[in-house]
Amino acid sequence: MRPADWLTQLLEIVAALAAAPIFLGWVNQCRAWLQNRRAPSLWLPYRNIRKLFHKDAVIAQNASQLFRAAPYVVFATMVLAAAIIPSMGTRLPLVVSADAIALVGLFATARMFMALAAMDIGTAFGTLGARREMMVGFLAEPALLMVIFVASLLSASTALPAITEHLATQTLGLNPALAFTAVAFTLVLLAENARIPVDNPATHLELTMIHEAMLLEYSARHLALMEWGAALKLFNYACIGFALFIPWGVATGHIGPVGLMVAIPALAVKLLLAGGGLALIETVSAKLRVMRAPEFLATAYLFAVLGLLVHVMLGARG
Amino acid sequence: MSRIPVDQQLLDACAALMLLLSFAMLSQRRIVSLVNLYAIQGGALAAATLLVAWRTGEGHLYLSAALTIALKVIFLPWLLHRLIRRLEVYWDTEPLLNVTGTMLVGLLVVVFAFGLAQPITQLASTATRGAIGIAVSVVLLAFLMMITRRKAMSQVVGFLSMENGLFFGAMCATYGMPMVVELGVALDVLVAMLVLGVFFFQIREQFDSLDLHHLESLKERN
Repeated sequence: MRPADWLTQLLEIVAALAAAPIFLGWVNQCRAWLQNRRAPSLWLPYRNIRKLFHKDAVIAQNASQLFRAAPYVVFATMVLAAAIIPSMGTRLPLVVSADAIALVGLFATARMFMALAAMDIGTAFGTLGARREMMVGFLAEPALLMVIFVASLLSASTALPAITEHLATQTLGLNPALAFTAVAFTLVLLAENARIPVDNPATHLELTMIHEAMLLEYSARHLALMEWGAALKLFNYACIGFALFIPWGVATGHIGPVGLMVAIPALAVKLLLAGGGLALIETVSAKLRVMRAPEFLATAYLFAVLGLLVHVMLGARG
Repeated sequence: MSRIPVDQQLLDACAALMLLLSFAMLSQRRIVSLVNLYAIQGGALAAATLLVAWRTGEGHLYLSAALTIALKVIFLPWLLHRLIRRLEVYWDTEPLLNVTGTMLVGLLVVVFAFGLAQPITQLASTATRGAIGIAVSVVLLAFLMMITRRKAMSQVVGFLSMENGLFFGAMCATYGMPMVVELGVALDVLVAMLVLGVFFFQIREQFDSLDLHHLESLKERN
């Protein structure tokens, strides 16, 4: 591996860490504009994290070591995930150690730790949130895997950079299989990141919250890491979406300064558009009852499997 | 990767759209939306027919596309909307299987249909043969819809959607049936629809409802 590749790798991780809170702020800003409210500052998530790092942590008396460790585990898995998603270049040294399926596993690890930590204290809300999160998670995971399988079938590899390279160099065309999986992926993204049809990230209303219910017992630096981790997760999901469905602009091959000059603005534009789109979806749709969430995720799974079947059938032309 | 011509891509998209619409119909409980979805499916079918006609230069396919638009996109949906208004049936009752369950069964049906279509696909020589599996699954999904619904209205929409699938299948496998057969089928559907429209009123007169499970008790009454 050349030093330039390691530099790209480092740049990607730093960019993810830095851009994730801004991306979250951008989505919130778009949402506020669309709902005719005055928008909060783009830097609000940053300030929030900084404020939380300066506070003293309060931890429940009966909390175990798991409760203390969970924020670090969640944050670390999200950083690792950011390291293996090709958001700017495809020649990443760390990528050889994990493919897209391992990526899904990383997300699952973070989810499991989060749910266990929420149950650790033994409050009713934590348990409720953990159970709901696991319900959403176990339905969203097969759909996400199915999405990845379709992309893998198209490019004959399960490594994300290989998929991205294949799709980015392919001639531009209408592919029903990819269109279906893109819809499925959007639904999974909404469900996994506690966005509106499934969960409302801005609420602390007891009966409806999922993600927030798990964080109720956290404070100060733990909460900061959890929130930063959540922002990173959203950023990661967006980058997986770009890697699979709109890979243009990513520097393929060995990256040089020229490749980066294109890749960085391309990523910024994609994030701007994706944030606007996400805010639009959240504004026009109403929150589902919790018991309707399985139906929502079954639809996601359905779309992904349809994508697979359409690919198999229409691809059999030979 | 080999380059696929644009019209082939559009045809694939039409086929995929028809499959998607079949699933949308399977999950839709509002009868008005169901009829709208049926009209859109007719539109996708007409677009696919036009594409095949343009590609192969078969003149009668243009005629059949025109027939599809006139009958399945305009006339039948209009008739159904009128029936809905006059009968005041806007919602289907809870189907026999819940929506998620129906969807999963639908997926199995599609896998089965694709398996079923595989040998036909290998035998056919048309450029559109890849979509035969989709046509078979549209037919089977319409079957599934007729099985799981209770109201006569949604069963009829299922029946019509099944005809869409058959038509699409014939087009994919052999570039359309002979014109005589096509006209005959179109006329059949039209007449069936008119007769069923009369039936709706009769059923409602007898049972005060369009729920078909009332029909099951006929035997016991006599």
